[in-house]
Amino acid sequence: MTLAMTLLRRLEGPQTLGRGPAFWTAFALVVAAAIAYPWFADGYTVGNTAYFFCWVFMALGLCLIWGYGGALSFGQTAFFGLSGYAYGVLTLNVGAAYGFTLAALVLAVALSAVMAALLGYFLFFGRIGGVFLGIITLSVTLALERFMAQTAGPDWKIGAARLNGYNGMSGMPPLTVPWFDGDVVLFPDVALYYGLLALLIVVYLALRILVNARFGNVLVAIRENPERAEMLGYDVRRYQLAAFVIGSALAGLSGTLYTAWGQYITPSSMGLTAAALPVIWVAVGGRGDLTATLIGTLLVLGGFQALTIYGSQYALVVMGLLLVVVVLAAPDGLVVAGLRGLGRLRRREASR
Amino acid sequence: MIPLLETRALSKHFGGLHVTNDVNFALAPGEIHCLIGPNGAGKSTFFRLLLGEYTPERGQILYAGEDITALKPFARIRRGMSVKFQVPGIFPSLSVAHNLEIALQHHLEGASLGAEIRRLLAFLNLTAAASDRAGNLSHGQKQWLEIGMAISLKPRLLLLDEPTAGMSPDETFATGEMVQALNRDGVAVLAIEHDMAFVRQIAQRVTVLHVGRIFAQGTTDAIIADERVAAIYLGEADAPPLRSVADA
Repeated sequence: MTLAMTLLRRLEGPQTLGRGPAFWTAFALVVAAAIAYPWFADGYTVGNTAYFFCWVFMALGLCLIWGYGGALSFGQTAFFGLSGYAYGVLTLNVGAAYGFTLAALVLAVALSAVMAALLGYFLFFGRIGGVFLGIITLSVTLALERFMAQTAGPDWKIGAARLNGYNGMSGMPPLTVPWFDGDVVLFPDVALYYGLLALLIVVYLALRILVNARFGNVLVAIRENPERAEMLGYDVRRYQLAAFVIGSALAGLSGTLYTAWGQYITPSSMGLTAAALPVIWVAVGGRGDLTATLIGTLLVLGGFQALTIYGSQYALVVMGLLLVVVVLAAPDGLVVAGLRGLGRLRRREASR
Repeated sequence: MIPLLETRALSKHFGGLHVTNDVNFALAPGEIHCLIGPNGAGKSTFFRLLLGEYTPERGQILYAGEDITALKPFARIRRGMSVKFQVPGIFPSLSVAHNLEIALQHHLEGASLGAEIRRLLAFLNLTAAASDRAGNLSHGQKQWLEIGMAISLKPRLLLLDEPTAGMSPDETFATGEMVQALNRDGVAVLAIEHDMAFVRQIAQRVTVLHVGRIFAQGTTDAIIADERVAAIYLGEADAPPLRSVADA
């Protein structure tokens, strides 16, 4: 009981919206509904929801780097693509036996973390911030896209894995979990859905603990006033680097899961349009809060897909408009604004 | 006695402009020392050199006998220095109590952290504003909050850059009392200040900076009585001689 209370206390704090029994009851109900969802939906819809889940990790990572740390990175897609290709190269060479796809997932995410540490070191220890951070990270993802786009020739291969230029790399195995009576293959349907749901809950709760801990306190202090944070004795560069590495690794996780989901990755996943989308998801929901980012990302992803199906040529225009409207009308995000409005309404009701 | 803070031939220039020029300065442990001088005298640059935000072209900075010239700002703070900036350096969208928590979490946690936040809020006259957004405080309250954050680190040396700028006379006097209370607990204070009433209230010694050099140094009364000091404020003095009023 004491352990549960301690854990609950760590999940709450000034850095996250939602606290107390009401919030956690609602959270449990949402999780229960998400668990029950595949019983009432067809396989395609469940697999499509798993597809949405794949992207949310990248959004949560950007929320940490930008929303909490104040450093706008356009480089999430660089790590998304890097890990996606790494997963492809590893699994196309070694295969899926003995649970290697899980090892490949870990290695692919670790590669993004290492590359983020290298890039982040030069950015943050070089005291590069503000708009320049955005420009450099965007340049990195565009350079990676350009590089992968020119790998169409047969010479561009790593072992058995053809990089395949703009046609993309395909044929890698889906995630496979070794089990006693044979491997469980997480095809993009119910099995992958549950795997991703569990991972999403773990990552969301772990990030809540992180941002409400001392680390999160320092991160928001840096966002608010980096000079003051340094003059309180914090080495702001280390905190910014740590947030960048964690957030970029989460983008890498998204890339790996996406590649395993669709057994496919192309350079366009690192292009200009792809790089802009995570910024829109996070801004629309509310970059300063994990829950708002989570809800906002799922809503925008769902809306974007519907727009793509029913009016493909307008989908990106609507996304751009949505960003402009949010920045002007609700700069803290629509979900945050909605929750605040609800809170005000409840207080007004209570005072009557 | 080893000075708590000492600079030796400290020099900084921006292009051809020598903003800090061969400054030899010493501050004793537990002393309250005010740094005055007309606009452009180099006071804020001198502070930024002490904090490590600027790198000097020449000279040394020693803290408790240790050469800290090459240290990063955060490393200097960890050695026992702390600062309050001229423009209040707070975390505007966080609550007042949260601002203090971030400053205090270095050495406190749990119940003792909460108790220290409450004690500091009372000391700063900010108890009623504990859950207010720090950005919504009045200018004077923001100044106090930043002083609170600066002293949360339990510094041996507190640097104050115009701590009473924009304050009413009552707020200025209350700030002076805060500084004196801290000093009674052994904190040395180096303050840049224009308000001579405040200087008179707190300072034990005063240094006058003029065009990047130490122009005069001495007790508050001696400095105030010095006609040459009044002359540089009126823009009348020529090349600044280095001398100590107390020694004159």
